Amino acid sequence: MSFISVENLSFYYDSNGENDLHIHNVINNLSLTVKQGEFLCVLGHNGCGKSTLAKHFNAILLPTEGKVIVDGIETSNEERCFDIRSTVGLVLQNPDNQLVASIVEEDIAFGPENLGIPPEEIRERVDSALKAVDMYEYRHHAPHKLSGGQKQRIAIAGIIAMQPKCIVLDEPTAMLDPRGRQEVMDTITKLNKEHGITIILITHYMDEAVKADRIIVMEKGQILTQGTPKEVFTQVDLIKSHSLDVPQATEICHLLQKTGVDIKSIPLDEDECVDVLMEVFR
Amino acid sequence: MRDVAFGQFIPGKSVIHKLDPRIKLILLVLYIVLTFCTFNYAALSVPLILAVVFMLLSRISIKQYMKSMKAVLVIIIITSILNLFYGNGDVVFQFGFLKITDSAINNAIFIVVRILCLIIASATLTFTTSPTDLTDALERLMKPLKVFHVKVHSIAMMMTIALRFVPTLLEETDKIMLAQKARGADMESGGILKRAKSLIPVLIPLFLSAIQRALDLAMAMECRCYHGGEGRTRMKTLTLKSRDTLSLVFFGLVITTIILFDIFIVHTKR
Repeated sequence: MSFISVENLSFYYDSNGENDLHIHNVINNLSLTVKQGEFLCVLGHNGCGKSTLAKHFNAILLPTEGKVIVDGIETSNEERCFDIRSTVGLVLQNPDNQLVASIVEEDIAFGPENLGIPPEEIRERVDSALKAVDMYEYRHHAPHKLSGGQKQRIAIAGIIAMQPKCIVLDEPTAMLDPRGRQEVMDTITKLNKEHGITIILITHYMDEAVKADRIIVMEKGQILTQGTPKEVFTQVDLIKSHSLDVPQATEICHLLQKTGVDIKSIPLDEDECVDVLMEVFR
Repeated sequence: MRDVAFGQFIPGKSVIHKLDPRIKLILLVLYIVLTFCTFNYAALSVPLILAVVFMLLSRISIKQYMKSMKAVLVIIIITSILNLFYGNGDVVFQFGFLKITDSAINNAIFIVVRILCLIIASATLTFTTSPTDLTDALERLMKPLKVFHVKVHSIAMMMTIALRFVPTLLEETDKIMLAQKARGADMESGGILKRAKSLIPVLIPLFLSAIQRALDLAMAMECRCYHGGEGRTRMKTLTLKSRDTLSLVFFGLVITTIILFDIFIVHTKR
């Protein structure tokens, strides 16, 4: 059985403009399923509804039409709202705006404290969450003295302390420098591989998307295409026509292929690209 | 702007650091009341000695204390000067229409010592107690106010968040100021009014971003199942230890000493 299933989801809100009533159709009859332990990546350019979709996974937003079922619970069930939110955690873009307390470990304790967990258990959860993101030695630090990547890892740890089965990350690396991005990506992949946590990553960076098991490309509130990174990125022309990028390595080989160079398999990252080109020039 | 010594937490392992924050808060309030209930030099010496004891016990360098005192130095000087010229009694020194009387000198000394004690004691509290511990202690101490429908938890939460965002917003202010300067804004010249006006282009973006942050934070808190103080547990539980009871007992003794001094030692002329 699928862990999260989205069935015919539509979401729109009306904004009262100066003259008339506008209805913004953000998500339009979208269906998808997520398996337990999967690493799913959602791509799409600004305003395609991917952040709105993310907020549907943990009942921050409720569907206008259709339904979202998380671990057997429908998100519109208000009584189970906290069960849903502790099952699916959401990490936002700006790490600064997600941290509540002025000491790292107290911030991480915030989630479990809200769930009413006994103090001794909170302590254990906080310690293990900090170790999971490799920030244990920073537990007594003040968040504002940490780097962006570290802050974002603390935000992730704050979610992990609630022991979720799934973490949704809404452009977690958008505000970070390359090193911070690497740290966060390493943490995410580690959580997925070692702790078996389902990851739904929303991103702009194609090199991050490559690491996922499955990619969903969104366009105007609908799914444009989906599949493994290979399946998605080999459709270079489709992706390009929707003003999205493919990884550089893919693009180079795609262009070479077009000019008649014999390339058998389109690579997704630099290492593969090197191999492919070596093969060609041999 | 960022090295304001007053109200800054300096981590350490001294006895005072280890005291229960609730006890520290209660003791501070008692201490402040006490300092203003001293009516002769013998009684006044008690809080002064205590202040020195606090400084020694907290194991925080005198430099830090000096820094925190620098901020209020002006207030001390002004109040003591004002007090110096105000009061009746035997004239000690006369300069034109200004006359200094012996009771005025006494008054001035009392005021200076009291303010000094007050600053040292409250600095000791903030130096040795983390802001989170402080708000925590406040929340727990104010719990009885729930009877009067005071939203104790909400107040404590607001304080926690405010403390958390002070450095973030300061950093932001610096950034915006630099950005506006880069666009040619002039913030250093002109009179007070002009300079105050030139702060508007800094304040408006600052407010906007603070509101944006607040919205984000509210959502992040909702994502982490925040639903007010009901059914919430705390990771750190506060339990009174023997050193806390001891410090209370010791303080009780101090109070009695001061009261005894106040009653049995002849009042100095005031």
